[in-house]
Amino acid sequence: MTTMAADAGAYEAVFDAALAADERIEPRDWMPDEYRASLVRQMAQHAHSEIIGMQPEANWITRAPSLRRKAILMAKVQDEAGHGLYLYSAAETLGTSRDELLDKLHSGRQKYSSIFNYPTLTWADVGAIGWLVDGAAITNQVPLCRCSYGPYARAMVRICKEESFHQRQGYELLLALSRGTEAQHAMAQDAVDRWWWPSLMMFGPPDDASAHSARSMAWKIKRHSNDELRQRFVDICVPQAESLGLTLPDPELRWSEERGHYDFGPIDWDEFREVLRGNGPCNAQRITQRRRAHEEGAWVREAAAAYAAKHGEAQA
Amino acid sequence: MTAALALGDDALVLSHRLGEWAGHAPVLEEEVALANIALDLLGQARVLLSLAGDEDELAYLREERAFRNVQLVEQPNGDFAQTIARQLYFSTYQELLYERLARGTGPFAPLAAKAVKEVAYHRDHAEHWTLRLGDGTDESHERMRRGLDALWRFTGELFEPVEGCEVEWHTLHDAWLTRITSVLERATLAVPEGPRRGGWAAGAGRQGIHTEPFGRMLAEMQHLHRSHPGATW
Repeated sequence: MTTMAADAGAYEAVFDAALAADERIEPRDWMPDEYRASLVRQMAQHAHSEIIGMQPEANWITRAPSLRRKAILMAKVQDEAGHGLYLYSAAETLGTSRDELLDKLHSGRQKYSSIFNYPTLTWADVGAIGWLVDGAAITNQVPLCRCSYGPYARAMVRICKEESFHQRQGYELLLALSRGTEAQHAMAQDAVDRWWWPSLMMFGPPDDASAHSARSMAWKIKRHSNDELRQRFVDICVPQAESLGLTLPDPELRWSEERGHYDFGPIDWDEFREVLRGNGPCNAQRITQRRRAHEEGAWVREAAAAYAAKHGEAQA
Repeated sequence: MTAALALGDDALVLSHRLGEWAGHAPVLEEEVALANIALDLLGQARVLLSLAGDEDELAYLREERAFRNVQLVEQPNGDFAQTIARQLYFSTYQELLYERLARGTGPFAPLAAKAVKEVAYHRDHAEHWTLRLGDGTDESHERMRRGLDALWRFTGELFEPVEGCEVEWHTLHDAWLTRITSVLERATLAVPEGPRRGGWAAGAGRQGIHTEPFGRMLAEMQHLHRSHPGATW
């Protein structure tokens, strides 16, 4: 064994011991290359999801039907930009710059959550996104507050607080529609019908088909399996849908005494794969808008850099 | 309340225009900053419109001719430089106006005292970008110059007295021009020349005379609310 290999072995032992003791790994700590790469991949995908996720909701800012709702929606979209900022910063602690990650998003080499490839067709979709999509995101993300990588875990604590606020606002928006006029109730039901199944897909493929799951769990980046989290989400949503006075579009949904959970029908994984592959209703539109905003903003970023260079100012 | 409508509509309309940037800003920090300014303005608009009546009825059920905002705030975003030029002109004006209203004893003093702190940040944000763009690259300098020029003709209206606002409009104007001149000089930009208002005797925004893009903006803003008469949201 060479000295270097022996050193690496010693570092790895320290890393493994930290994981075993549920301690946080910090940016300056030694970590396996694959651990680093896996974290960057996950944090980047999360950051990209936040900024792409602004689009379907921003679609309704200019049409929000009351000033109160408009303020809530603007604040929510702003929070998402803020989450993108924290997450790109957290990824920078692993030595990967925001520019590099954005470049990978724009060129299709990194992904964002497929849920944002669905369109927001009515105002009620804003509520359905809050209730279901943010609800699913929280179910996924709360365990990340205990993720083994310190900067990611800390960013998630703040993000989860804001997300749970968004989820309540979405629920409240749908409740107002459900209890409103007949047309408003129908709008709410239609939105829930369209967003339910895509929300269940947000937890990713079934455990036996998930590419990164086992390793991420061993590294304590991930704490629960996709199927466990999906079941948890369904169990939370069913009684909430009843309180909303809305139905969920699954005839097989029923309480199982035996399992102590709700049973639900099969998920259309063909649709999931198609949307993931780029064939969803909005994949092209989302990435085109993102690229355009970036390209059209190039002269602004160049100006800020030139000014900073001339005046020794810290860059914006 | 003429003044509540005038000031409230200014804030409402500019907030809406800034909201159009969501998802399109040149850098993530500006997504946050522009939304922040839009939210502050929307908060001000809600307080002001509530002084004049029901905020949603006023925002969603008035026709174009009943809006009392200055034409400056309804101008389309254009590029980022034009948005910054609009913000520089308006926030500088709004800060000076609100400082004066805050010192007074009128009905707007409490709102103005709170809002002036927000507006100071908006003005600071616009000044910093004016400096960066004016003194950045050749392209940004040219774009900033064009933005400032294009909106110059809407700046005269800002200083038309608003009934119910007890301020000295002449000194407000002079303070505005001094401040703008100083920022533009530092940004290596010239103060635009040319008329500060249109030649049409009918007047402008404060008289309910708006520019063509405003009707489309309202159509988009009001359509959902108007499609469900009497509904609550």
